Amino acid sequence: MRNFVKTVAAVALVTATLPVQAEGKLSLYHWFEYIPQELLDKFSKEHDVEVTMDTFDSNESMLASLKAGKLGLYDISVPGDYMVEIMAGEGLLDTFESSELSNFGNIDPQWLDVGFDPGRKSSIPYQIGTTGFMVNRDEYKGDIDSLSIIFDPPEELRGHINVLDSQGEVIALASLYLDIPQCSSDRDQLKQLNDLLQTSKQHWSSFGSDIAKDVLVSGDAKAGMIYNGFGAKARGENASLEYAYPKEGYVFWMDNAVLLKDAPNRANALKFLDFLLEPENAAAITNYAQYISGVSGAMALASDEVKQAPELNPPAGQPGAFIATCDQQVQTVYDTIWTNLKK
Amino acid sequence: MAAQLPGSSRPAGGIYSGLGMPLIMPAWLCIGFFLLLPVAIMFVYSFLTKEFRGGVIWEFSTAAYDQFFFYRGLFGDEPRQLDWTYITIFARSIWQALVATILCFIIGFPTAWFIATRAGNSRSIWLFLITVPYWVNLLIRTISLKFLIRDQGPVNNWLISGGVIGEPIHMINTNFAVMLGLFYSYLPFMVLPIYASVERYNFALSEAAADLYSSRWTTLRYVVLPAVKPGIIAGCILVFVPSLGAFLAPDLLGGAKNFMIGSLIEEQFKGNAGNWPFGAAASMILLSLVLCVLIFYARAQTRENP
Repeated sequence: MRNFVKTVAAVALVTATLPVQAEGKLSLYHWFEYIPQELLDKFSKEHDVEVTMDTFDSNESMLASLKAGKLGLYDISVPGDYMVEIMAGEGLLDTFESSELSNFGNIDPQWLDVGFDPGRKSSIPYQIGTTGFMVNRDEYKGDIDSLSIIFDPPEELRGHINVLDSQGEVIALASLYLDIPQCSSDRDQLKQLNDLLQTSKQHWSSFGSDIAKDVLVSGDAKAGMIYNGFGAKARGENASLEYAYPKEGYVFWMDNAVLLKDAPNRANALKFLDFLLEPENAAAITNYAQYISGVSGAMALASDEVKQAPELNPPAGQPGAFIATCDQQVQTVYDTIWTNLKK
Repeated sequence: MAAQLPGSSRPAGGIYSGLGMPLIMPAWLCIGFFLLLPVAIMFVYSFLTKEFRGGVIWEFSTAAYDQFFFYRGLFGDEPRQLDWTYITIFARSIWQALVATILCFIIGFPTAWFIATRAGNSRSIWLFLITVPYWVNLLIRTISLKFLIRDQGPVNNWLISGGVIGEPIHMINTNFAVMLGLFYSYLPFMVLPIYASVERYNFALSEAAADLYSSRWTTLRYVVLPAVKPGIIAGCILVFVPSLGAFLAPDLLGGAKNFMIGSLIEEQFKGNAGNWPFGAAASMILLSLVLCVLIFYARAQTRENP
């Protein structure tokens, strides 16, 4: 027992005399593999702030964690467009004045007044991308400009298709394919959606988001839904992969750094948002994640390889669509459709 | 129930007499805090009203259980009818866990027998070899298995270059792959308890049976198996129960095309669905099923060893 007391005393002493590591703290709740460690180190050094980061793998799981009691532990998170709106509606976001951010003017003007956060009261743009699909051109040589590759695939691709394990993206693309508005509450259209997914599923071999690149590179899947930046990385590993911008439309998304409610280090969080709005830092993220930056001047600083990637340059006059947030009634039907699909 | 498990029927030690309550308190606190309290929360949540996009409203409701057993059409306004969706998901999970358990037993029993009949020294080496692969994280092992059995993977390449098959066998994203994954993940949980039983088995009994003109099969059936039964049952439970809730193997090897119990429950908390009471209800139903299996086992045990 005496030894135990001694040990405790020693530990307490050592802890007390250790130099204080940093002035302040900053706690991030971020996507996996979405920010280079060097950038966090840089911020740490510049502002003498200790940065800690936890990661999540989907917008919904982040929302669930915050609602289950993690709100108040983190300063900043990085939700997708529709999730910013949901989080604001749930009261999970803090607001800031544009004057509190010295680099607020660096936000690309076209992303300043967005529908999910008009006037940018709680969020700044992080990275912008699209969700389409990729096809292994060694396996299929025909046209790939239509979503029918996924929903009514040609013979060669049947049984070798991976789709994202994400309700929002699958249903949004299926709606575009059927040319019905997202969140439509029309019964016939919802039934059509349900029927389409039931039929298409016979041609799919797997559901998976984090494996989307790997299955295409390895050849397990000959075609698969994928995010464009992830697709650029896949093409780097297997040159026969080609990303498609389907004529029916594709999902367009924008991730945003948001200030969370009850942030324990609000001042440092604002410093970090300012830091993310420096074109040089935004370019570093773009080079790492291979998506378009929403900060003015950042793309000019990005590497040529990323700038010229075909995945990041949609054909002119072919805009994508944001995923819409549906009301409870439609969302409940979507949940049933999704369960039907995976039962 | 612990008192009925094999090997735990030791007499209480004299030096601890009178210290029962204080000594058992830490155990009770652990059970209360880490087991009973979470289960109680789950039970309460399963009877609450769901909040849109996750969370609960504190109003009593049986909607979660109703959703589990009844279907009211895509729009929820048709007359209710018995719904097989979730029952099918449960049945599929149970079936796969059962097959994995049987496979583990078929491979695990001879393995355990082999190890237990080696000389003392090499025995520990064999046991060591069984555990070595399990120092690696389950996720890594499952992904490695996927690399092995994919269409262009080593297994297919060997078979093709050996002339056994002409076309690659499609194994990935099939039920076979899921069962293989479950079997591989939980094999040591079968081997180790059976080994412990076989090690204590008195081989003179087998010799006695042989002296009495018992065939090898009869000896196995009527002498060996009853003697090592506690180990077999413990092994089966240790494989079956975690296989039921497994989601790594179904997701990575089975392609996540169909919900398993584990992924269905996960979806209620982490997916778009955000239906916490339903997730809690599904967990309660799973828990009750497992509890039934264990109670059944415990009763069978007490009937045999009163």
